[in-house]
Amino acid sequence: MTKILIDGHEHDLPGELTMLQACEAAGAEIPRFCYHERLSIAGNCRMCLIEVRMGGKPGPKPVASCAQQLKDLPPVKEGQPLHELITNSVTVKKAREGVMEFLLINHPLDCPICDQGGECDLQDQAMAYGHAKFNRFEENKRAVTDKNMGPLVNTIMTRCIHCTRCVRFAAEVAGVDEIGATGRGEDMEITTYLERAVTSEMSGNVIDLCPVGALTSKPYKFNARPWELTKTESVDVMDAVGSAIRVDARGPEVMRILPRTNEDVNEEWISDKTRFACDGLRRQRLDRPYVRRDGKLQPATWAEAFAAIAVRVKATTGARIGALAGDLCAAEEIKALKDLMQALKSPHMDCRQDGSLLGTDSQGNRQARQSYLFNTNIAGIEQADAILLIGTNPRWEAPLINARIRKTWLRNPVRIFRIGPAHDLTYPVDELGANPQILSEIAQGHHAVFQTLKDAKHPMLIVGPQAYARADGAAILALSAQIARETGMIGPEGQWNGFNVLHTAAARVGALDLGFLPGPGGRTTHGMIEAARSGELDVLYLLGTDELPSYDLGQAFVIYQGHHGDRAAHRADVILPGAAYTEKNGTYVNTEGRVQLGRRAIFPPGDAREDWTILRALSEHLGAVLQYDTLEQLRAAMLQDAPHIAHKDLAPANPGADPTIWTRIGEEGAIDGTPLKAAIHDFYLTNAIARASQTMAECSRTYGRGGMTMAAE
Amino acid sequence: MSLRRLHPQQPKHFAWTADNALWADRQIAKYPPGRQASAVVPLLWRAQEQNGGHVTEPMIALIAQQLGLSRIRVLEIATFYTMFNLKPVGQHLIQVCTTTPCMLRGSADVVAACKKHIHPNPETVSADGKMSWMEVECLGACVNAPLVQVEDDYYEDLDGPKTEALIEALRKGQRPKPGPQGINRLNSAPEGGALTLTGKE
Repeated sequence: MTKILIDGHEHDLPGELTMLQACEAAGAEIPRFCYHERLSIAGNCRMCLIEVRMGGKPGPKPVASCAQQLKDLPPVKEGQPLHELITNSVTVKKAREGVMEFLLINHPLDCPICDQGGECDLQDQAMAYGHAKFNRFEENKRAVTDKNMGPLVNTIMTRCIHCTRCVRFAAEVAGVDEIGATGRGEDMEITTYLERAVTSEMSGNVIDLCPVGALTSKPYKFNARPWELTKTESVDVMDAVGSAIRVDARGPEVMRILPRTNEDVNEEWISDKTRFACDGLRRQRLDRPYVRRDGKLQPATWAEAFAAIAVRVKATTGARIGALAGDLCAAEEIKALKDLMQALKSPHMDCRQDGSLLGTDSQGNRQARQSYLFNTNIAGIEQADAILLIGTNPRWEAPLINARIRKTWLRNPVRIFRIGPAHDLTYPVDELGANPQILSEIAQGHHAVFQTLKDAKHPMLIVGPQAYARADGAAILALSAQIARETGMIGPEGQWNGFNVLHTAAARVGALDLGFLPGPGGRTTHGMIEAARSGELDVLYLLGTDELPSYDLGQAFVIYQGHHGDRAAHRADVILPGAAYTEKNGTYVNTEGRVQLGRRAIFPPGDAREDWTILRALSEHLGAVLQYDTLEQLRAAMLQDAPHIAHKDLAPANPGADPTIWTRIGEEGAIDGTPLKAAIHDFYLTNAIARASQTMAECSRTYGRGGMTMAAE
Repeated sequence: MSLRRLHPQQPKHFAWTADNALWADRQIAKYPPGRQASAVVPLLWRAQEQNGGHVTEPMIALIAQQLGLSRIRVLEIATFYTMFNLKPVGQHLIQVCTTTPCMLRGSADVVAACKKHIHPNPETVSADGKMSWMEVECLGACVNAPLVQVEDDYYEDLDGPKTEALIEALRKGQRPKPGPQGINRLNSAPEGGALTLTGKE
């Protein structure tokens, strides 16, 4: 700790703090452009100048406070006053005004047509720290040609003030060293290498980082002003990370999606899919019910649609009805559908579109919650010193988790191993091949990796969809759990837990928690598809399932409830238009088991309704009335199935309560030697919203099918 | 100084000659492990020399790969230092100093001679492909101003006609003696011989 005076008041602060951080801790505001908490320090904008008095004497010149630590100051001599940092003197004010004047020399005065207007650091700070006494800008301003940075980032490079935040973000956080500053002095320009698109799935974050309007959002270009937008805090559903987002809407349209800070989940980044797929919310929407008549889907009223369903459901028995839940559903509608199916006495329910056996064994017995969670927690990754990736490509399946692993790798010595197809993850990985049989070798301790994991203090493994969605997925899970047990990944209660399952669907963990799983004698996803094809199921209820392995469902009567006219809607006999994630209040449980609330930003289009209300209304027509009339009553009912849903925003710590749960994960069995295959073939087109988005289609074209730095597969 | 960009026409490949490859390895070995990136300037310089005077994109890609750097980092360096030429130069590159002392001593005449006898525009190869010229900042030999640098040699104490003569000689394949031109002095010693320390005492 260092004793220091800040603006006349004494403070005792850690010496590692930069002067800027110290001044902030003391409550003084320091303007800045290049400094960013999560990036390395550049010290080139000079906006954070302060005055430093050492031993009572004024310093020779102002100091860039972001680039100096308190411990850089010489020790205080006997009898002399403490060093002082001054942020409010005339010198500091003049220094800031001078820097601002320099920054504005070449900055165009195009705020009225600039997308950053209203949320621009330069605009705000020019108001607060610039001076308006006179105008010395008589020379011509420098003009810079705009650069191509791909389909997402729009550039107006004349506005650039050379803070290099984007350069540092690309090199450090995104791990794609492709943005740089060429030339020098007045001719310095920010550009990508040969103006190629940035090959990162996190590139959109440079838009938020840019303190001026040089890098702005291409799809959002000239679309709205920040003060016109209604801001709604919500969570993302594009993957199972559950990133904190803010949905900015104007009237009935979502205009853009921005990240919110959540240190435990996404820090302050989001993936490009999260940010830019929102134009998919406007296209391909199901905005009224449809009923198939004479082989063609035709518009209908809600009453007609419900009547058509009631005829078919009443003509059959519960044992011949099945229900599947998709990847984007909120927990509320999953609970409502589960209750409806139980009221109809059907055991055939499954939320695992990918055909995996997470959450149950092959007899259908429920397994402990820890068997399908990311138990280490996302923030916990930072402690890891050895990581085994089993059948996962976190860069596409959960970009924010990949960014966390990269952050860990940058800061700590961490060994990372992978079993699965090779793919550039932005950090070095020791490849163990794609054959999963190597797992038994590791589990028996015959492989060097076993010892590395055992010697590590905080070892962890991540089982991904490439592995658990296979036919032998349960056996892979069992072996993974065995490796976790025997390498000491699972500590006592509240301690380190290194067993992780990585989900890709935002709805999955919530559905598993609520038990939207085959009941006694019930069929799984594959079972239901088979049964529908062979005529053993008469009615199939698809709740937003657009990624089923097959839509060849025989003669079954298919009800599709969802928000996009995607794959499932084409096969449906009745379509019930639901709400997308920005249009309903919903509970989502992320891959860590963190319960988060998504909030309604806009209303669903046309006749579409919030999903649980559709099921509630349908239940009356089917004579199996659901016992809740409000969202609150439904949420109270959810707690009976999964009491932990009451604990919002928290990820479960390692419970360690019953050590035997770790021996009951998956099922022992033979592992097939076929290599693991990529689970995601196109990062930009993984769900119905993204597939309807023009921006995502553009990305998919730019980065190629399979996209970006694709390794041999 | 103008914008520095890679030339729009780029060759497909660049490879070190056998000698230069060995030389590059020796340069890289000079730096401690993990600091190989420090060799980027010497390597770029030698590659530019091997390529006849300018830096190309394949060269940047090769050097980046050799040093474990990303290509944008090498491009940043190549565009930062003005001694790396980004477009083709003539067989002889005449670098005319036009900084203040040279300007006062008549570098405008030197530039005029270059414009007349090489090409009206700087950094443009003459019709016969033999020459190009460019303005540079201080060459550090102000006492012999004005001067030009041709490859590794300085030609000093120039004026318009002397520059013309130099250009003509270079064009014919001759190589005049570097140093002060058409004036009786050794290097930067006084004209006509020493003026001080002439006596025995």
